[in-house]
Amino acid sequence: MSEELVVNIGPAHPSTHGVCRVIVTLDGEVVRHSEVVIGHLHRGIEKMAENRTYLQIVPLTDRLDYVGSMYANWAYCRAVERLAGIRVPERAEYIRVIVCELQRIASHMMSVGPAGADTGATSVFMYTFNQREQVVDLFEQLCGARLTYNYVRPGGVSMDTPVGWADNVRAFCRTHPAAMAEVDRLLFGNVIARQRMKGIGVLSAPDAVAWGASGPVARGSGVSWDLRRDSAYSIYPRLDFDVPVGSNGDCYDRARVRLWECIESCHIIEQALDQMEPGPVMAEAVPRLLAPPPGEAYDHIESARGSLGVYLVSDGTPRPYRMKVRSPAFCNLALLPKLAEGHTLSDLIVILGSLDPVFGEVDR
Amino acid sequence: MSFLWGVVWGVAAVLVVAVGAIIGVWWERKVAARIQLRLGPQQIGPAGSLQMVADVLKLLVKEDIVPDASDEPFFRYAPLAVFAPVAMSIAVIPFAAGWAPFDASVGVFFFLAVPSIGVLGILFSAWASHNTLSALGGVRAAAQMVSYEVPRSLSVLSVLVLAGTLRPVGVMDAWQWWWIPATFVGFIVYLISSIAEMNRGPFDIPEAESELVAGYFADYAGIRWAVFMMGEYGAMISASLFGAAMFLGGYHLLPGALGIVAFIAVASLLMTVIMWVKWTLPRMRQDQLMEFCWKMLTPIALVQLLVAGVIAAWL
Repeated sequence: MSEELVVNIGPAHPSTHGVCRVIVTLDGEVVRHSEVVIGHLHRGIEKMAENRTYLQIVPLTDRLDYVGSMYANWAYCRAVERLAGIRVPERAEYIRVIVCELQRIASHMMSVGPAGADTGATSVFMYTFNQREQVVDLFEQLCGARLTYNYVRPGGVSMDTPVGWADNVRAFCRTHPAAMAEVDRLLFGNVIARQRMKGIGVLSAPDAVAWGASGPVARGSGVSWDLRRDSAYSIYPRLDFDVPVGSNGDCYDRARVRLWECIESCHIIEQALDQMEPGPVMAEAVPRLLAPPPGEAYDHIESARGSLGVYLVSDGTPRPYRMKVRSPAFCNLALLPKLAEGHTLSDLIVILGSLDPVFGEVDR
Repeated sequence: MSFLWGVVWGVAAVLVVAVGAIIGVWWERKVAARIQLRLGPQQIGPAGSLQMVADVLKLLVKEDIVPDASDEPFFRYAPLAVFAPVAMSIAVIPFAAGWAPFDASVGVFFFLAVPSIGVLGILFSAWASHNTLSALGGVRAAAQMVSYEVPRSLSVLSVLVLAGTLRPVGVMDAWQWWWIPATFVGFIVYLISSIAEMNRGPFDIPEAESELVAGYFADYAGIRWAVFMMGEYGAMISASLFGAAMFLGGYHLLPGALGIVAFIAVASLLMTVIMWVKWTLPRMRQDQLMEFCWKMLTPIALVQLLVAGVIAAWL
């Protein structure tokens, strides 16, 4: 046993995917122990929510998972709607599904691309970023914002889709699978990338369940668990889609599951656009100062990172008594020390990227 | 008198590397941009060609930061120890018929041996920085650069066996067109191991910006950082020129004075290939890199050497 070297990675580091600090104990290049230090991005969003009205909290949820703001918007709004007993118009549900599947593509592009960048293939990142940019442009047309949308509101969505937007979405869904096939060949077909990702950070299916992993991290390990199918919320039961599942639970499978999910998302969006009918996008008579009856509500959706849940307690006042976010990024990130042990420092970066943490959501 | 000429050639070599690096950085940014669906520099000068001049000016006037914990003399002069051997190695390249800036009888050996002194400079900078990430990068670089000397030298040997001399000018004099197919595998090995030797992607493990931030030169700023970059580009220039001369016929490709143009063009093409490879491929891991060196490249280079030897004996 040689002398161990303690290396500090982050919080300012090119590939910690945000402000994460990892204290790594190295034996040569091999990681003996690693410790994730989180909290650098803690803004106290859950506490702040207690002093805001229900409508004012929506922009806060934008800042949770800033790579996929629509999810937190939606999960929060679902909890509020459950608490206050609001029925959401059908068209609003369709729009929510469409924007969240677009968001899934945008978010996964920020994971598949960096999976290449973490291994040094920066060009893949540019190709996927190009795809994300197109989705962000669609969101800009939809609600004017490119990152923090504040679009899904309790009772529906803030505004209907602009004229021609559906055609733009369709055009994107037609070109996106081909772009993904290109990324698949360029990154996942590359022998070096395979060597770097296959068999690295293997998470077994029982461990994935035991550690509370969800989303592509769990599905990469072969756990076929997707709230869109298994919780069947919103209009997902009416849509026909597959849940891609990996088999080995390594970085390669986790990243590739994300890639396939993007193509599935395109199918979902196209179906939803076909089924969507004109109509109102906001429930009637949702007051500005919403004061749900005393009680509690929990609702969850499948975000790009996994099961995103929001728990709300109301005491009958216009402000929630308590808000708690079940963050999939937080649960998935907890796996890092376990997965990285025994691999090299280079692999640790790849594993961290494959868990796809977003620190706005980890730290909240 | 010869000392004076030495100084003149030294200054010339440094200028060639510096100017080559400036053009090389601009060209690489353009190539990378095209690969990545971008435009690259385009604001300063035609097609952004003066961007690098502006960047060099900026680097020259930046504060020269030396970390408190560093081992100061080593930290300060390590960039030179990386840059100088690279600039020296350019001197033995045969640019035109019967002419190399430094016509040494063991020129090929000189070319292969001198740049490996650069490992010392990298180790100095890594250790003197007093930074864990730098130290890791330095150790990685040492292992990698020393290992890749072997396939690189072996691949060049296959040309030498055919030429029967260590003098680069002599190799070019004896050059026959059929050497290109006969040593093509050796050329590929040479190109790959040269990329590893100059720590560029997919072998940029010592720098590994996604793991070690910048590895051994993470703590460098301003002109000292720029000297490291010039060293890297200089290594790319010298390896491309040498490869174009030894394996692809250099100035023989076109007759007369046009030969030198063809030589530079082929070397530029090789540089572009090196850039293309870097911007396309992911980075290998240290252990995979060493395995690739000893289990793939070295045996292939040995077989190539054997083939060249058989041909030479048969002739």
